[in-house]
Amino acid sequence: MEAIRQFGQYALLLFQALRSVVEFKTYRKNLFQEFVKIGYESIPIIMLTGVFTGAVLTLQTAYQLDTNLIPRYTIGSIVSQSILIELAAVISALVLAGKVGARIATELGTMRVSEQIDALESMGFNSVTFLIIPRVLAGLLMFPVLYVAGATFGVLGGVVAGSVDGILPAAEFMKGARLYFFPWDIVFGFVKSFVFGFVITSIACFKGYNASGGAEGVGTATTQATVLSCIYVLLADFLLAAILL
Amino acid sequence: MIEIKNLTKSFGKSLIWKDVSFRIEDGETLAVIGKSGCGKSVLLKHLNALLYPDSGEVIIDGQCIFDLSYLELRVIRQRFGILFQGAALFDSISTFENIAFPLRYFTNQTEAEIKENVEHALELVNLKDAGPKATSDLSGGMRKRVGLARAIILKPDYVLYDEPTSGLDPKTSEEINELIVSMADSLDITSIVITHDMHSVLEVAEKVAFLDDHKLSWFGSIEEMKSSNYEPLVDFTTASEYQIKE
Repeated sequence: MEAIRQFGQYALLLFQALRSVVEFKTYRKNLFQEFVKIGYESIPIIMLTGVFTGAVLTLQTAYQLDTNLIPRYTIGSIVSQSILIELAAVISALVLAGKVGARIATELGTMRVSEQIDALESMGFNSVTFLIIPRVLAGLLMFPVLYVAGATFGVLGGVVAGSVDGILPAAEFMKGARLYFFPWDIVFGFVKSFVFGFVITSIACFKGYNASGGAEGVGTATTQATVLSCIYVLLADFLLAAILL
Repeated sequence: MIEIKNLTKSFGKSLIWKDVSFRIEDGETLAVIGKSGCGKSVLLKHLNALLYPDSGEVIIDGQCIFDLSYLELRVIRQRFGILFQGAALFDSISTFENIAFPLRYFTNQTEAEIKENVEHALELVNLKDAGPKATSDLSGGMRKRVGLARAIILKPDYVLYDEPTSGLDPKTSEEINELIVSMADSLDITSIVITHDMHSVLEVAEKVAFLDDHKLSWFGSIEEMKSSNYEPLVDFTTASEYQIKE
């Protein structure tokens, strides 16, 4: 029953946000700030995650395919396709649920319990327009950009690990990558990152905006935002795979 | 004029107060007093529809504010300034920007005009040089004064003060009380002060509303309060007297 009530409140908040999305002037400044916070400031962690994911995947795939029956360039095919279809989007999203989701929930939660949101409303601001729309919009637009960074550095990590460890030369890796490259994989990755961006930022906004009960309440809201974001990212990942592949 | 008619509010099964009715005339300063947790701040948040009641009306210039559309309500809200209990300053921007914030969004003032208005507001609250400071560098009393400067920057008709002297030392409390009086006089503002500090009540208020036992238990002028024999009110006010004498 509580879950249904919460979902109803979440839907209502999103509906309110959608209704005031045209008030661009109100949230323009915040939107650009969020582009920086969600997008630009997340690039280092996404690059790092991508490089290590690609590198480890290459080493482990080589270990599993330790036979002369399968050509070595197959490692490049498996690694690059796994990164494009799944890992760049999902692992980035799980990392961002912690980085971006937790930040948003804490920020809004603190604003709620210290009456800053009430102060905004009392001045005549629509706090949903001012606080929630820029964060969700920035998530929608920046997660696909971060997906590109994650995928690029994931493949790069695979190429470098393959070369350094003597598993396969870079040219062989790229030959394999090109052989099984389908443009749809990238479209699929973009769709996923777009959905994950929405899931993470909207859940974090909902939890933070409705936080109550001082510091402990903000902590609870942040924890719930992070855990729920991860769960719903995995659920959305499964549903998108079932529907689109 | 603000008229409150039969206001009732509960959170879940917990009744806050029932059938609260009173009137505040233009230019008056009203103190709402009562024990901690009696719903004073909740009442304050009904006056500009930050909270909605279970039943009842808040009528401003003949209109019940709970019946207004969001855009109409926005206009009404801009006629109010609120000094929140913890000042509710935006901690990501400077003191100057906190006060300039409503001006940037709701007026077409130039940068020079904004600067002039913010400096004037800071001067009114005796914080002339605090503009560039981060809000985290301000003391409790300074935060309240900056909150007050922000509350009056759009020249509101009504200013609501939520526990303006709580957590402050007696000297700073006195300064805040003096500010409330001078704001009311110089800017011709109607003020509603939520407090349980009887010093503050005696210094700033002309009328008193006493919330007790989930209702508006007593309402009258300061003089009537001083001579009242109504037991719960006497108990409340003399508890403060006792602390002063001790």
